[in-house]
Amino acid sequence: MKTDSVLAMQVSNLTKRFGDVIAVNDISFQVEEGELFGFLGPNGAGKTTTINMLTGLARLDSGRVNISGIDCTRNPKAAQHMTGIVPDESNLYPELTGFDNLCFCAALYGIQKAERQLRARELLETFALTDAADRKFANYSKGMKRKLTFAAGIIHQPAILFLDEPTTGIDVASARQVRQIIASLHRKGTTIFLTTHYIEEAERLCERIAFIVNGRIVRTARTADLLQPFKGKNVLLLSVSDSGADLSEDLASDFPQYQFHSTDSGQIRIESEKPVNVGPLVRFLEERNIQVTEARRYFPSLEDVFVQVTGIDAGLMRKEKEKAGSEANQ
Amino acid sequence: MRQWIAFSSIFTKDMRAYYLKPPNISWGIIFPLAWTGMFFIRSGLGLESVLELLPGVVTISILFGTTSLLSVTLTFERRTRSFERLLLAPISLELLMLAKTSGAILFGIINAFVPVTIAAFLADMSGIAWSLVVPAIILIGIVSTFLGLFISVSASEVFEAQTFSNFFRFPMIFLCGLFFPIMSLPAFIRPLSYILPVTYGVDILHGAVTGEHVLSFTLDFTILGAFCVILFLLSLRNIKRRWIV
Repeated sequence: MKTDSVLAMQVSNLTKRFGDVIAVNDISFQVEEGELFGFLGPNGAGKTTTINMLTGLARLDSGRVNISGIDCTRNPKAAQHMTGIVPDESNLYPELTGFDNLCFCAALYGIQKAERQLRARELLETFALTDAADRKFANYSKGMKRKLTFAAGIIHQPAILFLDEPTTGIDVASARQVRQIIASLHRKGTTIFLTTHYIEEAERLCERIAFIVNGRIVRTARTADLLQPFKGKNVLLLSVSDSGADLSEDLASDFPQYQFHSTDSGQIRIESEKPVNVGPLVRFLEERNIQVTEARRYFPSLEDVFVQVTGIDAGLMRKEKEKAGSEANQ
Repeated sequence: MRQWIAFSSIFTKDMRAYYLKPPNISWGIIFPLAWTGMFFIRSGLGLESVLELLPGVVTISILFGTTSLLSVTLTFERRTRSFERLLLAPISLELLMLAKTSGAILFGIINAFVPVTIAAFLADMSGIAWSLVVPAIILIGIVSTFLGLFISVSASEVFEAQTFSNFFRFPMIFLCGLFFPIMSLPAFIRPLSYILPVTYGVDILHGAVTGEHVLSFTLDFTILGAFCVILFLLSLRNIKRRWIV
């Protein structure tokens, strides 16, 4: 257990209710200084509510929050000078230009005029928005809005940064750029609390991840440790013509050295400690008039861990989030 | 210093983004002009009625100017979530709301001087006690803005805020002695007049312009000041309860 002096965040027994609904249910976690901590969960899991409580946008029903040694349980304003937030929706001022929006956000943190103009120009350049600096925010594209919102969240160079779905609803190139900036901030020592529905994003960026479902943290571990059980495991995915019959039991009796699972997408998933021999499997299926249309080696990822831990279809979660994200940004 | 930078930036941003927009400037001029013209023609008394009407027109200009724009800007920023940016800034809620309301107060004060300027061309204003008029206008501006703030905190949409505002504003035209004395109201309605802050501001203006007033100026200023404090504190309490859930 780390001492308070090296903890950027210490959250104990945090709970939030909205009427009869418990949005966040007795969660505890801690984030070390300079760490990139991921918070993964489906829609309505309690991620944004948690961020809102940590940043002072929502009241705590119970629990304790300590940010960089400052007890923010009763006074969330106490640590706001050292935190930054990039919300899940772009929320800058539509009638101001990109440059003016950044300068205004810097002024809110008491930064002098010359300094805030300098930082605004630097950030516009970093996010490739210099050409749009004098354009009103209302006229920005969705991706540009997200990038400027991100820039506004870091203009005061916060020691702790909360990122709520920072790449939702933006194009691939912009998302890639945002991830590079997140990695760069992390390298420079910024503590980052990241919520994302892109599991591969969390896997690539986060040092430690907490899975949150229905307001409860179901697992917290280092990303490398989460993937450990899958290391050395061979996984093969067979796409078959007839997915109506569940052959898992028949396959298991003929091939006891493998574990078989039928997936929702009509594939057969084969797991083994040793390399899987495809030929006998294909023959077995063809003898039962089932055509194998594709055999593909699969490399387990954090998505598998997520599905295993939460029981939630990660693909479905991603689609829901993308739909919600595109609606919010319209 | 840091707090002052934040305060002045919020104030400047609001002035630029909302209050100094051409539609609002023209509204700020046309609205008092229309009220002045309407009451002047309706009274049928000639130019000598200008000073009599002035306190009412000044007050109505401030009241409508401040409450309309503040409720629109606040509910708009709440809806677009840009207000969250302000709540996340390391400045106290008290200072933040003072910064947010300062623009509306200034807008209300500027609105007040539109009918005053018009009146200057139409009537002899040498007898007016400006040392009372100016602080009264400032206090009416503040109390009207805080009334608008109090109303806005209860609304989640712009149209709701406007509806709530009208619920308070229009009865005030008749109840606060703007254009006819409170004493001419039915006796059972009069207590209502004295629970409305604008009544005390109008009383000062009537006293300063025509020399006729019901309460002492000290009492009027004290009560008006108390309304400012109470409305601001109630609004802060409601913001904490409703906006930081």
